[in-house]
Amino acid sequence: MAVKTPIYLDNAATTRCDPRVVEAMLPYFSEKFGNAGSRNHRFGWDAEDGIETAREQAAKLIGADAKEVIFTSGATESNNLAVKGAAEIYAKAPAGQQGRGHIITCTIEHKAVLDPCKRLQREGFDVTFLEPPADGVITAEMVRAAMRPDTILVSIMWANNEIGTINEVPEIGRLCHEKGVIFHTDGTQWVGKMPTDVERDCIDLLSWSGHKMYGPKGVGALYVRRRKPRVRLEALIDGGGQERGMRSGTQNVTGIVGFGKACELCMAEMEHDRERLLKLRRRLEDGLSGRMEVVQVNGHRDRRLPHISNISFGFVEGESLMMGIKEIACSSGSACTSASLEPSYVLKGLGVGDELAHSSLRLSFGRWTTEEEVDFAVESIAKAVEHLRKLSPLYDLYKEGVDLSTIEWQHH
Amino acid sequence: MAYSEKVVDHYQNPRNVGSFGASSDVKTRTDIGVGIVGAPECGDVMQLQLKVTADGVIEDAKFKCFGCGSAIASSSLATEWVKGRTVDEALQIKNTQIVEELALPPVKIHCSVLAEDSIRAAIEDWKKKNGIAVAEEAHAH
Repeated sequence: MAVKTPIYLDNAATTRCDPRVVEAMLPYFSEKFGNAGSRNHRFGWDAEDGIETAREQAAKLIGADAKEVIFTSGATESNNLAVKGAAEIYAKAPAGQQGRGHIITCTIEHKAVLDPCKRLQREGFDVTFLEPPADGVITAEMVRAAMRPDTILVSIMWANNEIGTINEVPEIGRLCHEKGVIFHTDGTQWVGKMPTDVERDCIDLLSWSGHKMYGPKGVGALYVRRRKPRVRLEALIDGGGQERGMRSGTQNVTGIVGFGKACELCMAEMEHDRERLLKLRRRLEDGLSGRMEVVQVNGHRDRRLPHISNISFGFVEGESLMMGIKEIACSSGSACTSASLEPSYVLKGLGVGDELAHSSLRLSFGRWTTEEEVDFAVESIAKAVEHLRKLSPLYDLYKEGVDLSTIEWQHH
Repeated sequence: MAYSEKVVDHYQNPRNVGSFGASSDVKTRTDIGVGIVGAPECGDVMQLQLKVTADGVIEDAKFKCFGCGSAIASSSLATEWVKGRTVDEALQIKNTQIVEELALPPVKIHCSVLAEDSIRAAIEDWKKKNGIAVAEEAHAH
């Protein structure tokens, strides 16, 4: 069967909005266009109903109470609100002083957690950035070893966005509850794809995003625990006091309605989607490993999300590889795809050799990815790798039996 | 990032790919100059081999490149440009000419620098093998 190109294998970057989500949103652009803050007329009530239904749908997906869900503009805002908002409230000393408290996170978090933590570091907090082992999994033991009497907050992502590895989240949550430390997790890649229960998993703050789970862009949520313990946050945006005062501003009603519908669909289709995605991932990884040598799947072999595959192709540079597979939309850990000329800090953090970090692709699947598309991708990638290895001086050296690490390269 | 047509052409149909033998063999041949610049951890390695006559004319050139599309195109273009020139003429090739020919964006200028460096390194290697003094030239990036 002929596949339609380009093929989208970048679902960890964003997903297509489900048509059922779009359908649910439409009335809120037209007849139900009201401001949810308008308490005394039909238009306002309709908008508010839409938001509260979405809040129920979102809460159900993560095993929370609707009152515990705050809508934001996306996971970046949720992460900022969780990390900065909690640090400010639970600080051990007032602003302007040092020794304001200790925070634990890890080096392969998304920048939306790393950069707020770095800002807090400049503002008098101590931050420990845990370094992951080669398999990329942050364990409860690692967090326990970093705990201090003045630790106020732990922020460890549920699953990594580049390699899909799953951290020991329920275990880290239990540890934090035992120690009386607030636990935040960035669930952007996890929620909607994998079963989530904030009670069972001992989570205090959970960020997630609409557009990673077939919802619209520009909307996300933050779960804020209300009981045992009641978590408080310092708002980042002040104003009309919407979202329990934690996030002022007229609510994005259409976005929130779409977010809620996306949550409902993920909940209903999770098991089915998950199995399909896992099959596709296996098909891709087995297909590529069967077609060529020196292919390395990055991250833990099994403790990984079903829809993300991060693969290094030895002796081939990632950007040139992407040039050879123009019909496939995906991401690369190569330096050349970023302005910084630095290869992926996540792969480097795992101790993946720099040259293999430069040689990596992230392929991620979604609700509409087909087996035919995966087969097409395997074929295209195999051809491009073959073409580039013919050009690669490193492949020659490998073939001659030279150990690349013994060569003295001329660094720039 | 959008690539210029010329970059895409060199990427798809690279000119003069290959080598004049295994790395251990060409090391001892006085008619071959080898330049290897860059490092795998930087994401670019260029290998340029020049076959040079006794009177200093570059008869043939071969390249291999681990790097992005612009790096491949820069080294492929370098082989086209050096062929038939004397070594002294080849040393006149500047990275800015490569940038212009391939319409490289600023973020890719280092690819052209690497190509210029590989020409220089290959010619220096040939000169050393043939007992010709290498001109001391400040060349830092």
